[in-house]
Amino acid sequence: MTNISVTVDGVRYDDDVEPRTLLVQYLRERLGKVGTVVGCDTSNCGACTVLLDGRGVKSCSLLAAQSDGHVVTTVEGLVPTGEDGALHPVQRAFHEQHALQCGFCTPGMMMAACDLLADNPDPSDEEIREGLEGNLCRCTGYQNIVRAVSAAAAELRSARGAAPSTPEGVASA
Amino acid sequence: MIPAAFEYVRPDSVEEAVSALRQAGEDAKVIGGGQSLVPMLRLRLALPTTLVDLGRIEELRGVRDDGDAIVIGAMTTHHDVLGDALVQRYAPLVAQATETVGDRQVRNLGTFGGSLAHADPAGDLPAVAVALDAQMVVAGSSGRRTVPAADFFVDYLTTVLEPDELLAEVRVPKLDGWGVHYEKFHQTAQAWAIVGVAAAVRRSNGSIAEARVGLTNVASVPVRGRAVEAALAGGEASAGAIASAAEQAGEGTSPSTDLTGSAEYRQHLSRVLTRRAVSAAAGL
Repeated sequence: MTNISVTVDGVRYDDDVEPRTLLVQYLRERLGKVGTVVGCDTSNCGACTVLLDGRGVKSCSLLAAQSDGHVVTTVEGLVPTGEDGALHPVQRAFHEQHALQCGFCTPGMMMAACDLLADNPDPSDEEIREGLEGNLCRCTGYQNIVRAVSAAAAELRSARGAAPSTPEGVASA
Repeated sequence: MIPAAFEYVRPDSVEEAVSALRQAGEDAKVIGGGQSLVPMLRLRLALPTTLVDLGRIEELRGVRDDGDAIVIGAMTTHHDVLGDALVQRYAPLVAQATETVGDRQVRNLGTFGGSLAHADPAGDLPAVAVALDAQMVVAGSSGRRTVPAADFFVDYLTTVLEPDELLAEVRVPKLDGWGVHYEKFHQTAQAWAIVGVAAAVRRSNGSIAEARVGLTNVASVPVRGRAVEAALAGGEASAGAIASAAEQAGEGTSPSTDLTGSAEYRQHLSRVLTRRAVSAAAGL
């Protein structure tokens, strides 16, 4: 067993894990963070994307042990705890722009969008498509996803300057 | 799919890592960002007894200026390579190829040294390292040794690294005033290159003074396009001269046939993509 100390959605956990445990297994099976889903099992689809120190990573493609000492944000941590019902601008945009059909890819899409917008607050449609190349959607044809990310970017830009209300490691409003 | 069980070691220094490798024997494996290795572990294509994780070794991260070369630490992530001012200025070919590696998530975790040490013939960075005459600095039980990129890659997923050695850093000679281009051909986003060509060209007035060409996925190791380079050197920087030189791009290649293309198709792509890469590098 290997000891890890990792902060997930604002809460610190100290745990012993088998070295071969994947981060996504740890999140879902140990911590109950089932908002992060496993799509493809081959690291292609991006459905399991979470933020590691603010950057998008595929949680099926790193060991839980590799997250030791780092900060993980899952889709469940996009809005700070205590704000039940509140939506992060990216979540709101996906809702308003109807950027999903079956919804399976949505958690990963939103986390990848957060990663992209942290690097590039004003992406073109082409930059959004390139930025999300690691995430597959088999329903929508991506049109509304691109619209949603663009809308979220605009909201995040206009909100900039207001007091940040997002947790550590997330593109703040 | 869950990896088979293994021992896991997290050294804090290169010396500790080498010592862990020596103790673990020849079935140990080094893990950098894990973006190639973890999928292989999950498919059980790799079954190491021990994983030595370099993630805590700070001295292996970052890029520094070293006179006529820049030195890229093996554990520098693709993301950090892309954002590095020295890479942008002195090794833009590295930046261009890095931008095409995997996808954002893979580039956030995957490392420069990991891509090279993994030695996948379809990986983008080995051909760039070979084209640029990079020097691989290898750390092992008996100290450090430097291996030219041309000698580093031995076969499919195989390098000269001994079981108790790891790739510590890579010296990339500065190319000032050269034009560069990496041309990658693949069918879908985030897919491996069916063929890729890295080109660097130094122009002098209307001619090409010197050129470097490296090819991805046309053999079990990256291939240096020496015949193309010789045909370009001293010649005119014109579309016709470049197209004619690019006809030599199949030399030294021995591509495989797989689901994405036949060997003949890969040789065809070698010529077409070499023409495109050299033309772009020459500013045409």
